[in-house]
Amino acid sequence: MNLRRARDAAIIPALSIVLALVFGSLIMIFSSPLILGLDLTLPLLAYKALVEGAFGSFGAVVSTIVNASPLILAGLAVGVAFKAGLFNIGAQGQFLTGGLAAAAVGVWLAHAPGPVAIPLALVAAILVGSVYGAIPGFLKAYTGAHEVVTTIMLNYIALYIVAYVVTGPLRAVGATFARTPDVGNATLPILVGANGHLGILFAFVAVPLAWWLLYRSTIGFEIRTVGAGPDAARYAGMHPRLLIVVTMAFCGGLAGLAGSGEILGLTGFMPAGYSTNVGFDGITVALLGQAHPIGIMFAGLLLGAMRAGAPLMQIEAGVPSQMVDVLQGAILFFLTAEVLVRYLFRIRAKSAKVAELQTVASSYGGQATPAP
Amino acid sequence: MDFILHVPVIGLLLQFIGYLLSVMATNGSLIITLSTPIALGALCGFMNERSGVVNIGIEGMMLFAAFVGWYVAALVNGGAPSNPGPMGITLPLLVGLLAAIAAGVAVSALHAWLSISVRANQIISGTIINIEALAITGYLNLLISQNPIPSAGNFQSFVVPHAAASVPILGWLLTTFLAHGPITLTMLVLVIVLQVLLFRSRWGLRTRAVGEHPRAAETLGIDVIRLRYRNVLLGGVLAGLGGAWFTLEYIGTFQGGMTGGRGYIALAALIFGRWTPIGAFGAALVFGIADTLGQAVSFNPPTGDLGAVLSGVPEQVFSALPYLVTIIVLAGVVGRSIPPAADGQPYEREAKAT
Repeated sequence: MNLRRARDAAIIPALSIVLALVFGSLIMIFSSPLILGLDLTLPLLAYKALVEGAFGSFGAVVSTIVNASPLILAGLAVGVAFKAGLFNIGAQGQFLTGGLAAAAVGVWLAHAPGPVAIPLALVAAILVGSVYGAIPGFLKAYTGAHEVVTTIMLNYIALYIVAYVVTGPLRAVGATFARTPDVGNATLPILVGANGHLGILFAFVAVPLAWWLLYRSTIGFEIRTVGAGPDAARYAGMHPRLLIVVTMAFCGGLAGLAGSGEILGLTGFMPAGYSTNVGFDGITVALLGQAHPIGIMFAGLLLGAMRAGAPLMQIEAGVPSQMVDVLQGAILFFLTAEVLVRYLFRIRAKSAKVAELQTVASSYGGQATPAP
Repeated sequence: MDFILHVPVIGLLLQFIGYLLSVMATNGSLIITLSTPIALGALCGFMNERSGVVNIGIEGMMLFAAFVGWYVAALVNGGAPSNPGPMGITLPLLVGLLAAIAAGVAVSALHAWLSISVRANQIISGTIINIEALAITGYLNLLISQNPIPSAGNFQSFVVPHAAASVPILGWLLTTFLAHGPITLTMLVLVIVLQVLLFRSRWGLRTRAVGEHPRAAETLGIDVIRLRYRNVLLGGVLAGLGGAWFTLEYIGTFQGGMTGGRGYIALAALIFGRWTPIGAFGAALVFGIADTLGQAVSFNPPTGDLGAVLSGVPEQVFSALPYLVTIIVLAGVVGRSIPPAADGQPYEREAKAT
C-alpha cells in the first residue's frame, strides 16, 4: 500500500467530516429551543458524549466494532457494485431478506448443535441476499430497468415480505409483539466484551476478500472494466450482462451476511418492524470510502463509532440519535461538493470521487438501453 | 354465458378483470387522489430531465416540503381555529402551502447547484437529498413531537352540486375529476398546461433542445445553464406541491418517511410516460389504481370464487402492489422508452477564444 496515496485520498473525506460536524452543530443550536431552550454549547456536550460513547471505555470500543461490522459489509455491498458501474441502493432489502432467512433457518435449527445450525443459517442468509440482489441485476442486464428504481422498490417489498413472514407463518406464540421465535443454538457466540459476537469477524474477512476479488482476480478486472464502460468490456470479449448479474448477486450476499450477523448475533430473533438503516448507511460508507475496500473499512468504523456513541449523546445531551443520520447526509453533501471544501480550506486536494459513478449516471439517462 | 366465469384459470382472470373494472368505476376519485403525488413528482422529474438533469431526489424534496408545509401551517395556525373558506382553505394552510413550495424550490436550488454548476454526479446529488431530507425531517419531527403543536388541518375536496352529480355519466365524470382538494385540481391543470407548453411554446422547444443536444442549443444562442437552472427550480415548485399534498391535503399531519417511495415511483411513471406530462399522468394513474386496489380489497372484498382466492392472499401483497407494479412496468417498457439524449450529463461551456 502506498501510504502517501492513501493520505492524499483521505484529505477531502476528512475535511468533509469536519464540515459535517459544523453543519450538525448549527442544526443542534437552531433546533435547541425545541429541546430545553436556546443552548449554544449543546453541540459540544453532544459531540463529547458521542465520542465518549464510541471510545470512552473498552465496552464502548467493542460497541463501535459491533456497530461497524454490518456497516462495512453493507458498504462493500454498495461499493463493489459501484466498481461495476452499478448503484446498489437495494442493500437494505438484501440485508432484510438475508436476516429473515437467517432467522428462519435459525428458528428451524434452534435445537440442533451450534456448529450445524450456525453455518446453515449463514449460508441461507448469503443465498437469499444473493438472489434478492441478483433480481435487479437481471432486470438491468436483460430488460434495461435501471437498478436505481428497481432496488428501491425491492427495499419496500422486502419490508412487506418481513412483515408477512413474521406476523404470519413464523410468528412466535405468546410474544408480546410480532416476532419470530428465538434462534436458540444458531446464536453466534460472543467473542469479546458484552456483545462482540462472531459476526464482527465476517466484516474483517470480507474486506481483504473484496480487495483481492476486485484488484487481483480475473473477474475483478472484468468487473472494473464493465464499470469503466460496458461497451469497452464487450469489445474486449467480456460479458457485461452476466457480470452485472454476478456482481449484484455477490453484493446481495454481502448485505445478506450483514443481516444474518444482526439477527444471529444481536437480537436473536427477527421482529416484524425491524428498523435499522444498515443497508442505506452502506451508501454513505461506500461513498466515503471511495468504493475501495480499505476505505470502506475505515468509513464503516467511523460510522459505527457514531452509531455506538449516539445513545449516550441522546442520554447526556438530549439530542436524538437521528442526529447521526443528519451528519451522514451532510458528510455526503460536502464530499460531493468538494469544490466547496477546497474553497473553504484553501487547499488543492485529490478528488474523492468514485469514477465509475459516471457509468451509473449515463446508464440512467442518455443511453438507457443496453446494446445487445 | 355465466359458465365462462367458472372455467378454472380463465374464469378467475375474468372475474378479476371485472372486479378491477368495478373498483376503477366506483373509486375513480380515489384513484386520481392517490396518483396526485406521483403525478406531481413525475412532473418535477419531467422539468428536470427534459432539460438534461437527472433528479432522483424527488422523494426527498417532497418529504422535506411536506414537513415544512405542515410545520409552518401549524405555527401560523397557533392552535386557534380559523374560519375555513371553500374547500377548507384557511390562511394558515395557504401560508403552509407557500412554505412547502419554497422548501421544494430551496432543495431544488441545491440540486441545481450541485448538478449544473459543480457538475457533480447527478444521481449522487439526488441520493444526498433523499438521505438528508429523511434525516432532518425525522430529527426535527421527533423534537417537535416532544411538545406537540396542533396541526392546521387540511384542504377539503370540492363538493360537486348534487343536481350535477346525479346526472348519469356526466355526474361520474364530474365527481371523478372535480371532487378533489385544490392541490389535486392544480395537478390536473398543470398536466395539460405543461403538455401544451412542451410542444407548442418557445420554452418547450428550447427545453427539448437543451435536453437533447445542449451544444447545438448553445450555438443557437440559448443559455443552457440558465435554462437548466430555471427548469430545475420550477420543478421544485412541483415537488413542493407534491409534498404539500401529503400534509396539507391528504392527511393533516406529518409522519417520518410518509412519502413512502412515491417520489421514486414518480421516476418510473416518468419513464413509463415517455417523458411527457400526459404520459406521466397516465402512468401515475396506473400506480394509483394499484394503490386503490390494495385498499379496496380490504374494504370491499370481491365475492364468489375470486373472493375465496383473494382472501387467502396475505394483505402485505396488496400493500406491496404499487412497488411490484413499478418493477413490472419498468422491466416491460424501458427498452422502448428513450430518455432525452443529454439526460444526466453535466454541460460544460466551450472555452472562450482568447
